Amino acid sequence: MSEINKADNTMPQVMREIFSGGLVRTVISILLGFLVGALFMIGSNKEFIESLGYIFARPGDALGAAFAVVNEGYGALFRGAIYNADAETFEKAIRPLTETLRLGAPLIAAGLGIGLTFRVGLFNIGGTGQLIFGMIFATFVATRLELPFVLHMVVALIAGIVGAALLGAFVGFLKARTGAHEVILTIMMNYIALYFFTFLMRDPALLQETRASGNPKADAAAETALLPKLLGDNYSLHWGLIFALLAVVVFWWLMERSTIGYRLRMVGFNPDAARAAGINVEKTYILAMALSAGFVGVAAANQTLGTAIGVTPSSHANIGFDAITVALLGGSSGPGILLAGLLFGAFKAGAPSMQVFGVSPEVLGIVQGAIVLFIAAPPLIRAIFRLPKPQTTNALEAIRKRIFTRGGGSK
Amino acid sequence: MKLELRGITKRFGAVTANEDIDLVIEPGEIHALLGENGAGKSTLMNVLYGLYTADEGHIEIDGVKQNFSGPGDAMAAGIGMVHQHFMLIPVFTVAENVALGHEPTKALGVIDLAEAKKQVLEISERFGFNIDPDALIEDLPVGAQQRVEIIKALSRDAKILVLDEPTAVLTPQETDELMEIMRQLAKSGTSIVFITHKLREVKAVADRITVIRLGKVVGSAKPDAETSELASLMVGREVMLTVNKKPAALGDVVLEVEHITVLDDRSQKAVNDLSFEVRGGEILALAGVQGNGQTELAEFLLGLRKPLGSKAKVNLNGKEITNKSVREVLESGVGFIPEDRQTDGLVSEFTIAENLMLNSSYKSRFTKGLNINFAARKRIAKELVEQFDVRTPSSETVANKLSGGNQQKVVVARELSREVSLLIASQPTRGVDVGSIEFIHEQIIAERDAGKAVILISSELDEVLALADRIAVMYRGKIVGIVEPNTSREDLGKLMAGVTA
Repeated sequence: MSEINKADNTMPQVMREIFSGGLVRTVISILLGFLVGALFMIGSNKEFIESLGYIFARPGDALGAAFAVVNEGYGALFRGAIYNADAETFEKAIRPLTETLRLGAPLIAAGLGIGLTFRVGLFNIGGTGQLIFGMIFATFVATRLELPFVLHMVVALIAGIVGAALLGAFVGFLKARTGAHEVILTIMMNYIALYFFTFLMRDPALLQETRASGNPKADAAAETALLPKLLGDNYSLHWGLIFALLAVVVFWWLMERSTIGYRLRMVGFNPDAARAAGINVEKTYILAMALSAGFVGVAAANQTLGTAIGVTPSSHANIGFDAITVALLGGSSGPGILLAGLLFGAFKAGAPSMQVFGVSPEVLGIVQGAIVLFIAAPPLIRAIFRLPKPQTTNALEAIRKRIFTRGGGSK
Repeated sequence: MKLELRGITKRFGAVTANEDIDLVIEPGEIHALLGENGAGKSTLMNVLYGLYTADEGHIEIDGVKQNFSGPGDAMAAGIGMVHQHFMLIPVFTVAENVALGHEPTKALGVIDLAEAKKQVLEISERFGFNIDPDALIEDLPVGAQQRVEIIKALSRDAKILVLDEPTAVLTPQETDELMEIMRQLAKSGTSIVFITHKLREVKAVADRITVIRLGKVVGSAKPDAETSELASLMVGREVMLTVNKKPAALGDVVLEVEHITVLDDRSQKAVNDLSFEVRGGEILALAGVQGNGQTELAEFLLGLRKPLGSKAKVNLNGKEITNKSVREVLESGVGFIPEDRQTDGLVSEFTIAENLMLNSSYKSRFTKGLNINFAARKRIAKELVEQFDVRTPSSETVANKLSGGNQQKVVVARELSREVSLLIASQPTRGVDVGSIEFIHEQIIAERDAGKAVILISSELDEVLALADRIAVMYRGKIVGIVEPNTSREDLGKLMAGVTA
């Protein structure tokens, strides 16, 4: 009897745990984000506004117009980011998906970097500056050195990582030494890095394109340094994706499996206890900032070596800031950031095709912002959907163990 | 105004912070509330101030029952509170801070700063506070900030002023000034509740003393009572916890400490030219009323604080470790049980297993190259949970789901399962249930019997008497005497009050 009661009690408890968990909240946040975006699309639609004039006479018109524009807008997003059913060949139909992967890759890599600092209790706003520093180093190697194929690319990639990591470490050093706050430091470094990069690209003796007309622009990366295409020349998807995926694996190992990540997390949760346990908290901050920027450096190399056109001051493509939202949406975990990066990559890939349908792609920026806003305010989501509060029980864990432990999970 | 607390009981979950406390504050008296950290003084005052609601009992002012639902009600009833951590806005001026919350206004809601300044000046002059109403808070020394807090309370017509550990942040000079202020306030009819654990101050300024221990009133006294009597009231006269222990088998000297001077966070000398040694197989207890340098000494021994001057020297097993980092000290064979497990001993978001490898994350039985050795960690954690009787569903349970006693057992398990030759146990049983206390005591004795040197820092006299082989009493950063554990409580009390034979 008591056994049955117990089972009865566990199931609702499990549901409560699931609904109070981060996954459900994330999914709801994403859906709400799309809903907000839809409202903006409807509100800016001409037919809908016109139909408002006689909404009481024929409400169906307004509803129909609203539905049509949302359907069209998000339909275009889907066709532009995942699968274009209107295309003549299958090859062309899946092209959008490869674009999503291509554009998602640097977001994933940079998102990992920002997520790492969140785990250590730091807030790295300097993704942009670090990305640019990585681009400076990678551009130098890719345009000014002559090396054989593959080696050239690898050296440029490493240069990108090192360049970014150096700036990150410098911020960490200033924080550890002077106590300056990393948010201020990284924001200011963004400006310095951006204008330093532009400065370098204005002088042919430095990084400017040899035949440029005074515009800040660098030479195209040498062909030996370019990231090879992944699926042949019909798609622009390149090896950047592979490096981003590798970065996810490295991140997961670092944070979940290694002693380095263990110490990083320890400092993030409780620096006092870490200090008493013999950990040099200041050095850990420097290391964390360097590692974080190192991941951003992978994105930097991706931006520099991914196209055959030379980089310009705007080649950072705002990835450094988008990475913050990616990390937040992904909950600072490797797999989470992978999925979040792909979602935001899809937004970037689908934006042009939305524009073709007359829906302003800025709506996607609103969706993106709204998603993170909902993520950042768990009580709001809980209140709207009457989700249970975070549970302190382990019922779900117990079931997971029973299912996934070898031998049926007996003790 | 006469204030009465009647039968106040306040529970937090299973913990009873205040139990049936009666307290009467007469008009114009300075009433000292004396007790160790965690005795329940602050909880009681938060009940009085309306921050907590008492589970049982009530508050009366001049015989009228009060029902405070928040600090606003308490303030309106004439109760003012000066918190240990000041509630001031650093970038505002004194007048702005005093006015904050009940700003005098002119037409259209414009703040009448002139009126606020006038108020500050008036109170400041009446009591000789010497405070400039236009000064920014952040430019003022701590003592002056405290006076601003007092002005703030008085400007709201407080008839009863609660000072929560007011001297904890003050230099000795500022403390003397504060006590002068307290006397003047009392003379003008304000009652003062003075919360502290410092005996000297209580004797100097209080009219009446109530001693609280473990949430209960254990006695009251007049300020002319013997300091030793107060000390022993404070640290307890409970039934002795019996611990079976063999006579000490003394080994070689493990730790030698010479001429140690350490500064505290306020750059005052917390430990003053201290020297002592500990041998293998003995427990040296550092007894004393809290705040006499024990905390700073423990932090220094671990490497968290650096010594002052060049004469300082610490040898562990004959090797000098004076200026080594915390990691080097730990790896050279020191186990450390910090006095505050929540901040220094555990990462409460980590699992038990993760907490067990807190200070062995470099190269140890928990690691395999750069990887955590998950299999070994799981096995070791399971063993230690069993061996140290940690009551938990599993070793993968997150630490903050454990009770205080079980959390402390995790800390003890971690430190005792490492290869150490010296164990520093700082308040090892604070906030721990009786069953766990006994268990932890047994473990400490076992370490000693295994030939290790143990430094026990405790403000619980019972614990000191039960465990120690030698008792060193600390007073104002110095060891005022090293005595045998069969010394009487009176004599210990005298030493703890700084009276040397």
